[in-house]
Amino acid sequence: MATAPVITPDTAEELDPPPPGRGGRKRRGGAGQAGGHLRAGWLSYVILIVFGLGSVLPLLWSAIAASHSNARLAEPTPPFWFGGRLFSNLETAWTDAHMGTAMINTIFVAGTITVSTVLFATLAGFAFAKLRFRAKNLLLLLVIGTMMVPPQLTVVPLFMAIAELEWTGQLQAVILPTMVSAFGVFFMRQYLVQALPSELIEAARVDGANSLRVVWHVVFPAARPAMAVLGMLTFVAAWNEFFWPIIALTQQNPTVQVALTGLGQGYVPDRGVIMAGAFLGTLPLLVAFVLFGKQIVGGIMHGALKG
Amino acid sequence: MTTEHTASAPPATTGGAAPRPDSEKAEGPSPQERKRIERRSRWYRWDLKFSPYAFISPFFLFFAAFGLFPLLYTGWAALHQASMVNPNEMEWVGFDNFSRLWNDEFFWNALRNTFTIGIISTVPQLLMALGLAHVLNYRMRGSMAFRVAMLTPYATSVAAATLVFAMLYGRDYGMINWALDLVGIDPVNWEAGTWTSQFAISTIVIWRWTGYNTLIYLAAMQAVPNDLYESASLDGASRWQQFRHVTIPALRPTILFTVVVSTIGATQLFGEPYLLAGSENGGAQSQYQTLGLYMYETGWFNLHLGRAAAIAWTMFLLLIVIGILYWVLTRLVGKSNGEEA
Repeated sequence: MATAPVITPDTAEELDPPPPGRGGRKRRGGAGQAGGHLRAGWLSYVILIVFGLGSVLPLLWSAIAASHSNARLAEPTPPFWFGGRLFSNLETAWTDAHMGTAMINTIFVAGTITVSTVLFATLAGFAFAKLRFRAKNLLLLLVIGTMMVPPQLTVVPLFMAIAELEWTGQLQAVILPTMVSAFGVFFMRQYLVQALPSELIEAARVDGANSLRVVWHVVFPAARPAMAVLGMLTFVAAWNEFFWPIIALTQQNPTVQVALTGLGQGYVPDRGVIMAGAFLGTLPLLVAFVLFGKQIVGGIMHGALKG
Repeated sequence: MTTEHTASAPPATTGGAAPRPDSEKAEGPSPQERKRIERRSRWYRWDLKFSPYAFISPFFLFFAAFGLFPLLYTGWAALHQASMVNPNEMEWVGFDNFSRLWNDEFFWNALRNTFTIGIISTVPQLLMALGLAHVLNYRMRGSMAFRVAMLTPYATSVAAATLVFAMLYGRDYGMINWALDLVGIDPVNWEAGTWTSQFAISTIVIWRWTGYNTLIYLAAMQAVPNDLYESASLDGASRWQQFRHVTIPALRPTILFTVVVSTIGATQLFGEPYLLAGSENGGAQSQYQTLGLYMYETGWFNLHLGRAAAIAWTMFLLLIVIGILYWVLTRLVGKSNGEEA
């Protein structure tokens, strides 16, 4: 994976997520021009509109279905516009399907995971990018290797462990195993190799700063754009984490995905409510995508080049 | 550290500024000061030497506890009979769990399903993503809006997406059967058939990941130097020829990367088949049960944790075999290309 796309430092620099608020538009425009060698024809727009609609319509339809009663959804012709039951369905999903508890739990779980992942990934990424220590390359290789380990390989012992600790159904059972990410370390390392000039660290050291001060005053400011991107990607992943939470948690104290699984298993046999739950569980991320869509797109494209 | 400096800073000489061991030494320090400087430079060396380990240790501690140890212990558990009822009482059975898998028709069924669903979800998905990225790489209006729209499925969880699609594919009230009825096709019982259910699951996977892969390809395409296209068009290459002979070769490493990532994802497919009908057996005939789902059923419904661990290790070995296969293939392709050039 490390050897995947080969690009020159110049092009990579151009695609770096720009620091928020400062000249982002200009730099992005430059990057677009480098690739946009031809003007799009009308067929291109047709294709993109079709696929764009295909991406958005299922979600829109879930919102429409969420606004109808179960009886209306059982008629031969499905509804194509909003009905009047959206709020009562959302309310039922919120209380009866535990979506309320689930949303609050998930904000806490995903928030904690995001903060710790970004913090530890930045520290380790900085060490791998700029510091000298023994077995560095071997350890970095280990980090890259761990990105390949499938989650199935760890759940049996983890489950035994939380059963022994009597953590089943408690939130720390899903937080602790996910608090660091190998991808995050690698992502931050790749960013800091380029974005953090070694002279800056030297200068701070000459001024007598110890390593903690270097991290606080030099590394964090330089890493901020990448930390924001990693934070967003981590939050999305933590919000949508599925396999381990449905093993470790119960319907009484669920995360969003666990509550949705309950809905899928017929916990509440009302299609309108099921769709209300699905829509509600996606809504926070959709809002984030509307607000930060550009940054998330930039982050994924940036991560792709570095991965 | 900081407080120690300010408290013991030498009066007037350096004004209590940032500690500079070298400059202070030059001024001929008193024995006490020398001691202090020594201590400080020792601390400085110690800091340089050990802080890298301090910075990487949180990652590696968590990884050791929640990644490496469970990984190895899964291998140990796979050699035992361990029941969910009493997960910490294990009985050594050697390779019985593996040999049992070999004779287990449900295992082979799940392996087959994982393979077919993997193919029909990954191949069209990556081809479409490649085409879409090519289109998005043209200069156009609203490019960012299209990108964000195509990425919204990425924000949708497996669970939410599957619930929505399960309703769209519903036998009696589903939107898709309604649309088929409009053009005169009889309603399809999507969930019950082997191919229809696997097709339905693949569309969920394709829907969720096409936009994401499109962005990855687009990023790689934007890094292709523009003059390559210019000289190609000077040579009279059509748009298709440019795509075929400039874009695709430049993207080869990225394509390999997405193929590997998609393969890993496909072997672990779990949420989509689980929630299509909300049952762990993957349909009445297990017609769309995948390896991931079979492992879950074995461990958490049939309560055989040891066997579940054996399935997990088998999945991992399978991935390694596929990885080696890819590696050999890319070497062969690279070689034949090298000979051409």
